[in-house]
Amino acid sequence: MAIPISYNIRNLKLRKGLTIMTALGIALTVTTVVFLMALLAGLRKAFVSSGDPLNVLVLRKGSTAELSGGFDANLFPTLKNLPGIAKDGKGDPMASGEWVVVIVLPRKDGTGEVNVTVRGMMEDGLEMRQLPKDHPKVKLVDGRWFVPGQREVVVSKSIQQRFANCNVGDTIQFGKGSWKVVGIFDAGGSAYESEVWGDVNQMASDFDRQGAFASAYLRATDASAATALKNAVSDDQRLKLDGMLETDYYAKQTSSGGPIKVVGYMVGFIMGIGSIFAAMNTMYAAVAYRSREIATLRVIGFSRPSILTSFVFESLVLSLLGAIVGIVLMLPFNGMTTGTSNSVTFSEVVFALRMTPTVVLYAVIFALVMGFFGGLAPAWHAARQNILTALRG
Amino acid sequence: MTLTSFVTKSAFRNKRRTLLTMVGIALPLVILTVMMTVWRAFYLDNGSEQSTQRLITRHRVSLTFSLPIYYAQKIKTVPGVVEVVPTQWFGGKYIDDKPEHFFAQFATDPQEFFKVYTDFKIPPDQLDAWQRDRAGAVVDSELAKKFNWKIGDRVVLQGTIWDANLELTVRGIYTAPQPTQSLYFDRKYLEEAVPVMKDQSGTFGILADSPSDVPKIAAAVDDMFHNSPQQTKTESEKAFGLDFVAMLGNVKAFILGICGAVVFASLLVSANTMAMTIRERTREVAVLKTLGFTRKTVLAIFVGEAVVVAAIAGAIGILLATGLMFWVGHNPNLGFFQGFGVNTATMILSLLLAGLVGFVAALFPSYHASQVDIVEGLRYIG
Repeated sequence: MAIPISYNIRNLKLRKGLTIMTALGIALTVTTVVFLMALLAGLRKAFVSSGDPLNVLVLRKGSTAELSGGFDANLFPTLKNLPGIAKDGKGDPMASGEWVVVIVLPRKDGTGEVNVTVRGMMEDGLEMRQLPKDHPKVKLVDGRWFVPGQREVVVSKSIQQRFANCNVGDTIQFGKGSWKVVGIFDAGGSAYESEVWGDVNQMASDFDRQGAFASAYLRATDASAATALKNAVSDDQRLKLDGMLETDYYAKQTSSGGPIKVVGYMVGFIMGIGSIFAAMNTMYAAVAYRSREIATLRVIGFSRPSILTSFVFESLVLSLLGAIVGIVLMLPFNGMTTGTSNSVTFSEVVFALRMTPTVVLYAVIFALVMGFFGGLAPAWHAARQNILTALRG
Repeated sequence: MTLTSFVTKSAFRNKRRTLLTMVGIALPLVILTVMMTVWRAFYLDNGSEQSTQRLITRHRVSLTFSLPIYYAQKIKTVPGVVEVVPTQWFGGKYIDDKPEHFFAQFATDPQEFFKVYTDFKIPPDQLDAWQRDRAGAVVDSELAKKFNWKIGDRVVLQGTIWDANLELTVRGIYTAPQPTQSLYFDRKYLEEAVPVMKDQSGTFGILADSPSDVPKIAAAVDDMFHNSPQQTKTESEKAFGLDFVAMLGNVKAFILGICGAVVFASLLVSANTMAMTIRERTREVAVLKTLGFTRKTVLAIFVGEAVVVAAIAGAIGILLATGLMFWVGHNPNLGFFQGFGVNTATMILSLLLAGLVGFVAALFPSYHASQVDIVEGLRYIG
């Protein structure tokens, strides 16, 4: 017969101080782990949600990022006339030749300068990023889009928040002079969230890169056309270009979270073991205090397995309490944005801490594992003790 | 029995509990020590003596833009500058684009390179061989070990920035005071393979007369090119490296956050144990008082016990951290942490912090114990 759960809960309540301190210790470990996992989840989100499966990115063969490389602008018309490209507002194939450069902007909080990606694009580039119409990848939230031929830029919302002089009407300095910020866009946490956009021709002349593009974007009519288009670009021997789905390109860049991951695993593992020992300590004390009580339970007829289960359960409740406190402690940080550097482009990736259901679930499992291992040995000890000695002691 | 041995004896009375507590404190301290080491490596270490004498000049806008090569000659005219050498990032792929195959490659001038990087040591015959072979390369000793390269081995780099493949031969292996994980080759070879890079270099390494000249030189170089089409940004080697650390994000807040959580966690473990111990020994405290021990002494006994346990745990934690950092710092696959090691100052600081944790954790429960009423205490049955 099982020992009632209320017995364990009452016991935890009885020694409030110990319960609170142990749970708080577990909570801190959980908080740290949740924080690191939320960082990684946010980073993954920034890359995975980036790009559109219908956009085909074209790079020079051998080049791994938009920042490196560049191909002759004369190839662009050939690309544009490939089959399977959707039509833009004017009825032409929707394609955009682009330049990506990295510039330095000062952080608003004065903690130094950071590399930020500046993307020069054609009008079609803007159009294809506002697709699909029902839930566009990128939305304008303030001001207007840049006008081709003008020294105007639009910046993402998170760039506006994190860097100085990036509000509508401000001017920022890069290239050969100043650029007027005319609009703010929201890229929904994708990698575009870390970019500044302007007219490709203006940018190319500012950075002495006329006559070439770093990349080209082609909008396919549907998913199968996108695959065909991608292969058509890569297989054409004359072009010496590589085509890839924009989504695949970003998926490859998630490796930027490497250092956070290493630190995260290390801290999680070491602190987790530390917490197991702390929980074990508390449970051993609980068993020691109650040795006579346990013996009495045995005399009444509760079996060894039910005593073992009962104490493991108590430890699990303790760790669950810790998990809840830990997760609650982290809640205020949910959605906080921060930045790290993209290991592929060396530029800033802005992302938000995301406590996704998966993160929360893992945190709870992590705490329960700690509680289980912390409770097992003391519970074993409790179940095995000699009834007579315990009753006498 | 002296008071000290009494404290030590009672600290180990419940061996299992003491052991568990120690592990509970030692493990968070491992993290604390590691984090402090990383902090020191990033923000406090100035590198080798020679490295404090070096500066790096780059394009003001960003590292992705290059500077004309004649800047080297102009920089050399700045008072206090001893030598200047161009360095250009190549960013090629070795074997494939797996992160473990990634390492830094730079095109430079073999005649000048080791005159600026004076703390990099290379045998003279190997240097000579490198200077003679336009397609030759010198590699860091740690990097050579990682890829098992020997003199004469071929290294093929596939360009990602430019459409160029370089076929290099290892001509020399140099040792640096801190592993650099880098390969250097002749910039003439790059110019042949990539015509747009003719007379262009991404960065210049500058050797100054003395560390005190560094800020002056940085300002003088940037002033000199202030009105040129390509403005420069010059900073000390350390500051240049810190820019990359800053790119990782808000590292300072990240480290401080983890350290705070860790210290607090070990504080809780310690306080928890002390609370348990003292509760169990209520009767003992009453006996001690009956024997004539004052409240102050009772307080001191318990606090001392906690400090002893925490300090021993701290020492174990520091030992583990030192071992861990030794392994991480010498593991070529974790290039980012190359050359990191725990130093004595960090160890002492960690140990002091551990002791402090024990002290603070014991204060409240011990005070509580010292205030126990003798009669009540003697009656206490646990």
